[in-house]
Amino acid sequence: MTPLSKSVAIVGVDESDEIGKVPGKSNLQHHAEAAYNALADAGLSINDVNGLFTAGTSTLNLAEYLGIEPRFTDTTAVGGSSFIIHIAHAIAAINAGYCDVALVTHGEAGRSRRSRPGLDSADPGPQYEAPYGFIGAPINYAMAARRYMHLYGEDRTRQGMAEIAVATRKWAQMNPKAYIKDDMSFEDYHESRWISWPFHLFDCCLVTDAGGAYVITSSERAKDARKKPVYVLGAAESHDHNMISQMPDLTRSVARNTGPAALEMAGVSHDDIDLAMIYDSFTYTVLVTLESLGFCGPGEGPDFVADQRTAPNGNFPMNTSGGGLSYTHSGMYGMFLVLEAVRQLRGECGERQLDNPKLCLVNGTGGALSSTGTTILAVD
Amino acid sequence: MTGNYSKPIPVPQGESDFYWEKTKKQELWLRKCDDCGEPYFYPRDISPCCFSKNTSWVKASGKAKLYTYGIVHRAPHPGFQEDTPYVTAIVELDEGPKIPTNIVMDDPTPEKLSIGLQVEVVFEDITEDITLPKFRPR
Repeated sequence: MTPLSKSVAIVGVDESDEIGKVPGKSNLQHHAEAAYNALADAGLSINDVNGLFTAGTSTLNLAEYLGIEPRFTDTTAVGGSSFIIHIAHAIAAINAGYCDVALVTHGEAGRSRRSRPGLDSADPGPQYEAPYGFIGAPINYAMAARRYMHLYGEDRTRQGMAEIAVATRKWAQMNPKAYIKDDMSFEDYHESRWISWPFHLFDCCLVTDAGGAYVITSSERAKDARKKPVYVLGAAESHDHNMISQMPDLTRSVARNTGPAALEMAGVSHDDIDLAMIYDSFTYTVLVTLESLGFCGPGEGPDFVADQRTAPNGNFPMNTSGGGLSYTHSGMYGMFLVLEAVRQLRGECGERQLDNPKLCLVNGTGGALSSTGTTILAVD
Repeated sequence: MTGNYSKPIPVPQGESDFYWEKTKKQELWLRKCDDCGEPYFYPRDISPCCFSKNTSWVKASGKAKLYTYGIVHRAPHPGFQEDTPYVTAIVELDEGPKIPTNIVMDDPTPEKLSIGLQVEVVFEDITEDITLPKFRPR
């Protein structure tokens, strides 16, 4: 791995104008509003943008809507992790001289437009899984969680999942933009209805309307940005299956490769990380990801998160925005991990602000635990 | 079999025609890589283990054990509304490959199922052309 030596930095981030339940706004409107706001945050103009990245729609669609002609275009779409993976792709493009200001956007009216992209019946998923009702993430991830419980104990796994749901809600209560801020007790968690056993409702992420965007540029150009640059020290990506039935090990995601690779590239270790932003499509996603990244060993996740360790005032701050579980989850949530990481590193998080964090690990997971992108972000 | 079957229906592709022709005859067949000898799922002409075109078909015993499962309470698609709660499962065939399926049982509960449960294939005709292999406890 070649060290990135702070060659690029994220200089602007923001959501779309309103997030949560926003009837009447299309996916593209969320993209565009977020782009507008993130460019303003960066102190840059749409005319500065020459690299364009997105997932969920084509950059063809997006560039036309925004009225730009990018000279580098990338619609890498591997699920909700895509927007983490775009960081690495933007670095490659910027360092190779293909572009110098890259705009990465996401927008999804997940709540107000409940329909998902149609099932292409020629693909293996529609042919071999959908006929059995393997449709949608809660069903697929639940089967992975059941396997984990079998290997490592049902009661302690359940408790670990509850710890994550409750801790994440506490962070959401300090985020004005969070969709759900109601108190959640352990009892509330255990009594919430079944969605797909072994998942309760409170094991599952929200479904909201939201957009997000970030602007990434060379460190040279970042000197002129309005705010403190957030440098990218390491980035890695991979995927090891698409359909859940083809996953090599339901209890290990490919973060087992991308985590160590990103940390090595950054030249830092697990103990150096001040904040972990871990894609929480489900409580189980967090357990399997913490283990796969190497924060703890296989089966140790429930102990690692015990006693509200990831909650406010815990010694392992995680998902301080309130996560996909309580802040927002429009469908492909990865974008919002980056927004919170940058804001925490800049010191912009108000009541939930951590004490001077310097290093953040961000891990996005996409598909049916299929893809991961891990990145290490830092401020001086 | 019903005339208004409303769940997703598989559309056989060239390299899976044989698989679906056999399920219609109440047989479960797997592709096998003749370079390494391993059977695999799902059917494709070039093997995923060795990236080899030296492949064939083998008939599976239909015996399997439950590898993992979930019990779906909120239907993800209108076609499954009347079926909830229903069991999604990955079963490990005696021949090795793991395949996605349903466990057919009345009123499924976590107590009635366990990983490692011995199951066997049953065939459900969903249209005139398509038969789905499913599994039941044996």
